[in-house]
Amino acid sequence: MKHIADWALNVAEQRGASHCDLRIVDERSRALATKNGKVGAAADSESQGIGIRVLANGAWGFAASDDLSRTSVETTATRAVDIAKASSHVKQSDVRLAPEKAVIAEWTTPHEIDPFTISVEQNLDLLFKIDAELRSVAGVTLAETNMNFRREEQWFISSAGTNIHQTKYTTGAGFTAYAFAGTELHKRSYPSSFGGQWQNKGYELIHELKLLENARRIGEEAVALHHADKCPEGVFDIILESSQLGLQIHESVGHPIELDRVLGMEANFAGTSFLTLDKLRTLRYGSDLVNVVADARQEHGPGLGTFAFDDEGVPAQCTPIITNGLFTGYLTSRETAHTIGSNRSGGTLRAESWNRLPMIRMTNISILPGEKPLTLEQLIASTDYGILMQTNRSWSIDDKRYNFQFGCEMGWEIKGGKRTRLLKNPSYSGITTEFWNSMDAICSRDDWTLWGTPNCGKGQPQQVMGTGHGASPARFRKIKVGAAYKGT
Amino acid sequence: MLDKSKAAETFSRIRKYSAADEVEALIYGGRSALTRFANNTIHQNVAEENYVISVRSAFGGRTARATTNKLDEESLKRVVQASESLARVQHEDADLMPMSSDAGKADGQVPNRRFDQTAAITPQDRAQAVGKIVSTAQKHKLITAGIFSTGESVEGIFNSRGLSDWHTQTSSEISITMLASDSSGWQKANSPNVGILDPAALADIAARKASNSAAPKKIPAGKYTVILEPAAVLDMAGFMFWDFGGLAILDQRSFLNNRVGTNVFGENINVWDDVAHPLQSGSPFDGEGMRRQRVQLIERGVVKRLVYSRATARKMTESEYKNKVGPIEITGHGFPIPNEMGEAPMNIVFGGPANPKTVDQMIASTERGVLVTRLWYIREVDPYEKILTGMTRDGTFYVEDGKVRYGVRNFRFNESLIHMFSNVEDMGTPVRASGEESFDMVVPAMKIRDFNFTEVTKF
Repeated sequence: MKHIADWALNVAEQRGASHCDLRIVDERSRALATKNGKVGAAADSESQGIGIRVLANGAWGFAASDDLSRTSVETTATRAVDIAKASSHVKQSDVRLAPEKAVIAEWTTPHEIDPFTISVEQNLDLLFKIDAELRSVAGVTLAETNMNFRREEQWFISSAGTNIHQTKYTTGAGFTAYAFAGTELHKRSYPSSFGGQWQNKGYELIHELKLLENARRIGEEAVALHHADKCPEGVFDIILESSQLGLQIHESVGHPIELDRVLGMEANFAGTSFLTLDKLRTLRYGSDLVNVVADARQEHGPGLGTFAFDDEGVPAQCTPIITNGLFTGYLTSRETAHTIGSNRSGGTLRAESWNRLPMIRMTNISILPGEKPLTLEQLIASTDYGILMQTNRSWSIDDKRYNFQFGCEMGWEIKGGKRTRLLKNPSYSGITTEFWNSMDAICSRDDWTLWGTPNCGKGQPQQVMGTGHGASPARFRKIKVGAAYKGT
Repeated sequence: MLDKSKAAETFSRIRKYSAADEVEALIYGGRSALTRFANNTIHQNVAEENYVISVRSAFGGRTARATTNKLDEESLKRVVQASESLARVQHEDADLMPMSSDAGKADGQVPNRRFDQTAAITPQDRAQAVGKIVSTAQKHKLITAGIFSTGESVEGIFNSRGLSDWHTQTSSEISITMLASDSSGWQKANSPNVGILDPAALADIAARKASNSAAPKKIPAGKYTVILEPAAVLDMAGFMFWDFGGLAILDQRSFLNNRVGTNVFGENINVWDDVAHPLQSGSPFDGEGMRRQRVQLIERGVVKRLVYSRATARKMTESEYKNKVGPIEITGHGFPIPNEMGEAPMNIVFGGPANPKTVDQMIASTERGVLVTRLWYIREVDPYEKILTGMTRDGTFYVEDGKVRYGVRNFRFNESLIHMFSNVEDMGTPVRASGEESFDMVVPAMKIRDFNFTEVTKF
């Protein structure tokens, strides 16, 4: 790919670019799904192209093409420079990039089984077995299953001499049982909602998830919700199981720490952030137990935010975001690092594909597990009264990331340290920093899971990105419960 | 740009490689560009060109799809083989229909949606327009962020039974946020014809909203009369139209299960799906190549009809619901096969009232209420009662005794769409509107009583 890159780099330089980097991406994906005993999706897709990013006259330009011929690549590079020069007509200052050493590297997602080597027949057979198991439960009216694989090979080459070849594998799978009766439609999902569990690893994830083994239970829970009491409304202690806490982190920590949002770059669409620059190392974000990191390194685990280098050639890093409750770090890029006095990017710039401009994205934003041994059952046993909430159903937060509301698929009332009543339609709401300061217990490493959120939207044109969120169940004191259904 | 003759020639090559009983190709793509600004600076500025071929092969009751953007001969062969390999290993589906040779009758002529002026816009043109928006911001001592995008796209369908269709169109869009220290304002507009967009006028409205909502006051949550501008109405309404497909009823995932033919909304609610409407956009055929029909979905508050793909229409006529869902016929609203959703109306047009009111008139007739510019992060809380939650954003005002009094802190709402569209007191003239949570529609501003705000945020 170096010769293709050189066509672009040479033209960009000749046309006056002071910096040029490019990504040539070749990606392949497979989507399989079933619905009530029939195939819902059976699709393979591939996409290849080049995205060229340049700085000229102190401003950015980006152009992309699906055509890798010399003529097209040189035309695309020319277009990127022309666009940069047009950008420079409306600027307040020149773009400044934090320095980064040139590197030549190669990296592939650690995986045991290439998911594309497993036959479609075998995959559909598993999905149909799950589907049958779900629908064997009387009262299940709709069963959906899915399995998704992606392989993304990328060559990142820059005018500074960097040449990085990365190949990433992503695997995802899950299922949902719906039960409609009377005037209520309930659902239960496994391992989590909105497509299940997703990680950067191979087919071994499918084996680890024990999908079929959990299907009947999930179907039964969906039906049981019709006989459950409505979640009470009031101010209660709540325990969030780990996938819900993962989404809570995503929305109320992951997004507000994106420095481009803080600086107003996303104000028109995704919004801004309450975490203005004065709050760095001064804001008490959460209680002493709250420790959150942004960790893209392989040793953090196979999260959707795990890689060796980001999409501007910066090595994966671990940044402390909240340290013993204190706000200590943002997600940064080469362009934004200087605004917080840093001389290096935190390595978080990623693009959805070859035809999108890389932007600051969450890596693996994870809350660290409690240091003292504590299981979910022990946490429940130590709770006098509260609501245990499982599996996200709805999520919403304001455009500065203060006020949030989440609904979950299922809840349990806890009384005297024991699960008592099954509850339907549990929801809770609050203000971000008040919520995290109310956390008084978090389970330890054995209950910690690195969840994948495959559908994080940001940017214009919008880009969908996968992010990772490690979490273990945690308890929050005096939280507002049930407002979602109030007054309707 | 790829044109129909080149696409047809590509399909003839695909047919040559195909060993399936039937083969279909969707061919689409184009050129697009987007100039993005923030902090009164163009900070992102992008352009792309990409064309995609999506091949569906069918063997009896088995079908699958493979997609590529690599158009060389080897890649075409490979994508055909991939779709065939995927299709061959499936169980036979009795509901799968043969591909259609007949696209059905067009229900109204779709107007020209390709404008040379839009296709010819350059980065310099967009930068010049952004410069005007920035000037407006600076005049009002504000910071601005937003986008100006333009594009030209093609979309075609070809199948081995001889059906073929082709659509070209241009698009343009401007979205502007104006930011003050503790307030903001927003405007957005789009059209296939860039000539009718007025960046300076949009910037001026957004700037006035930001300035007028400065120092927002906190007023308590509760039920208020609200005046929702068109973008706010569409972002709510969009959440219900996915339930107007026949398959949603068969799957028992629609809030219209047991409600078709009943008075679900107020008598002043009339809604069509109409791709040929002059303010609408998009292609006149669906994912199977069927021509999109004009369908009245809601008449005087009663849900009258659903939309259907070919397979869903057949399935519905054989189902227990066949006498409970109004007329059943192929309407040309199917998604590309195979899919899980079936179909949905995507060209929504709200009927205007006999006596439309402007937003100013709605404000003048309001004793106590809230004027909402825009909604944000809307999600479904309850799928059958259609309760949605979300936030107000970028220009929320308290109205008292017929006048806008001051900006207020943003609210969270939890509101049922059934409830909301049963409580519409006044409507404006429907306009083409665009938000961020739903697809574009032709929709009016609405004055709605007892809208349920449940919490107030900190700004």
